[in-house]
Amino acid sequence: MKRMIIILLRNPLSLLGVILVSLVVLSAIFADFIAPFPDHRGAVVDFVHFNQGPTSRNYMGTDLVGRDLFSRIIYAFRISLILGVVVLAIATPVGTFVGLFAGYLGGKVEFILMRLTDVFLSIPPLVLAIAMMGVLEPTLMNAMLAVTVMWWPWYARLVYNIARSEREEGYVLAAEVIGASNIHIALREILPNCLPAIITKMTLDMGFVIIIASSLSFLGLGVQPPTPDLGSMVAEGARYLPDSWWLTVFPGLAILIAVFGFNLIGDALREILGADQ
Amino acid sequence: MNDVLNIRDLTLKFRGYTGVTDVLHGVSLNIQAGEKVALVGESGSGKSVTARIVQGLLQDLKSAQIKGDLFFEGHNLNRLSAHEWHALRGTSMSMIFQDPTSSLNPVFTIGTQFTEVLRRPDPKLSKVEAAARAGELLNSVSIHDHDRVLNAFPFQLSGGMNQRVVIAMALANQPSLLIADEPGTALDVTVQAQTLNLMHDLVEQSGTAVLFISHNLGVVREFADRIYVIYRGRIVETGPTRAVFKNPGHAYTKALLAAVPRITGGGIPDIPDTDDAFFEPMVVHNGGQA
Repeated sequence: MKRMIIILLRNPLSLLGVILVSLVVLSAIFADFIAPFPDHRGAVVDFVHFNQGPTSRNYMGTDLVGRDLFSRIIYAFRISLILGVVVLAIATPVGTFVGLFAGYLGGKVEFILMRLTDVFLSIPPLVLAIAMMGVLEPTLMNAMLAVTVMWWPWYARLVYNIARSEREEGYVLAAEVIGASNIHIALREILPNCLPAIITKMTLDMGFVIIIASSLSFLGLGVQPPTPDLGSMVAEGARYLPDSWWLTVFPGLAILIAVFGFNLIGDALREILGADQ
Repeated sequence: MNDVLNIRDLTLKFRGYTGVTDVLHGVSLNIQAGEKVALVGESGSGKSVTARIVQGLLQDLKSAQIKGDLFFEGHNLNRLSAHEWHALRGTSMSMIFQDPTSSLNPVFTIGTQFTEVLRRPDPKLSKVEAAARAGELLNSVSIHDHDRVLNAFPFQLSGGMNQRVVIAMALANQPSLLIADEPGTALDVTVQAQTLNLMHDLVEQSGTAVLFISHNLGVVREFADRIYVIYRGRIVETGPTRAVFKNPGHAYTKALLAAVPRITGGGIPDIPDTDDAFFEPMVVHNGGQA
């Protein structure tokens, strides 16, 4: 673990990733102290300063009702990160257990679980999420639900493939011979060998979940105003391009920073943990 | 009758897409307490599946049809519940495989895996006790720097070292039967000889019976008291090792012995892949108790 952190900080690219991610995470956690106008995350109207470019008062300009964009972006990070963490915290274990038991036990279990997974995988992910959001009320909770439902099958596939190949390894046979139970073998022997790949995928996925969630709110199906969300901010500003460029460019850059940071760390972890098999 | 293992008329068929394949046609063999018995045959002759059946590993497979009686220490294994059979594995019978390095899980240290083995009969064993016991056992396989080995991961040790670790683990719970499925075939010859000598001495001391599965006649000759020759799922010859080597009775055994390369040269003899004579009835040497 310590060794991993040292390697992460030594490589310039992964160091950049660590810096970007810490920037995003810290500003999300301490949003209340960093944001110059904390109350602007809600329904505030300030027509004196509406639709202004970057100034020394509003570093990133103001939106159409005069709210400080910088403050709103920082609060939007909070939403994005919560969404990413919750989605992965549910999708990863679900997908992992489905894949693990399908891969190790084989037979009927494998058939049922993996065909179910294939059904989910056969629908384009964004389409599935959009369809779900069309039926459900567009709230943060439902956005998380929709993204989770489209996300777990990828983990099931990943872990299934690893478990399938690990099942043939000598140590699994040796564990069977020594009288280990199926659950012990799946959780204590095979799962630890899947962890590097899972951790790497989770880090990479943080970025992708943020993009998907932003796409949903860009389409108006995600988090609803006045709650700040990077995707809906971009969508709102897109109508006023290129004149009021700050309305789209800054939230867009914010998405880029978060996704780029997580991707850089994910790539580095893939190298370090050797999950590239 | 103090047979540790007695297999009577074991047949095995695999049901596949193309129909039923006969693998074992009535194999019978017995091993007495403390005896070292070798099961010798070419690839695909049914050596390994026999071992798996004794361990109860093939029974779960839907496509395998298994018939025949298996007696382990006087108990009929087929009458045991899955739970009782499971309880025997790792305690009364254990097994060693071809490739020692892959038999150990790469993400755990040797110490962790050793503790798991020792906790099999005694789940409450403390970490300290387990480490001490593991140290003793490693000593018995001539590994003297226990601390380094117990803290190492399997890929940090050499194949010969891992083989000795695996032997120590297999004998840790004093099983009455050890099945060695081509142990050390993945290792080079000198290391293989070294570890087999160690294993030989250890099982002599502990009185563990061994079913030694191999195609390497040179190793078998050194190791086993008695041998069974298996060909295409049939036992074709059995008897004390020396008698079988000195005076092979069955056509297949003769061919097998002729195939052993000799240091005096002469090249590979011309032996047919199969021959009607190979299907002749079984030859039992004097002293064989099958």
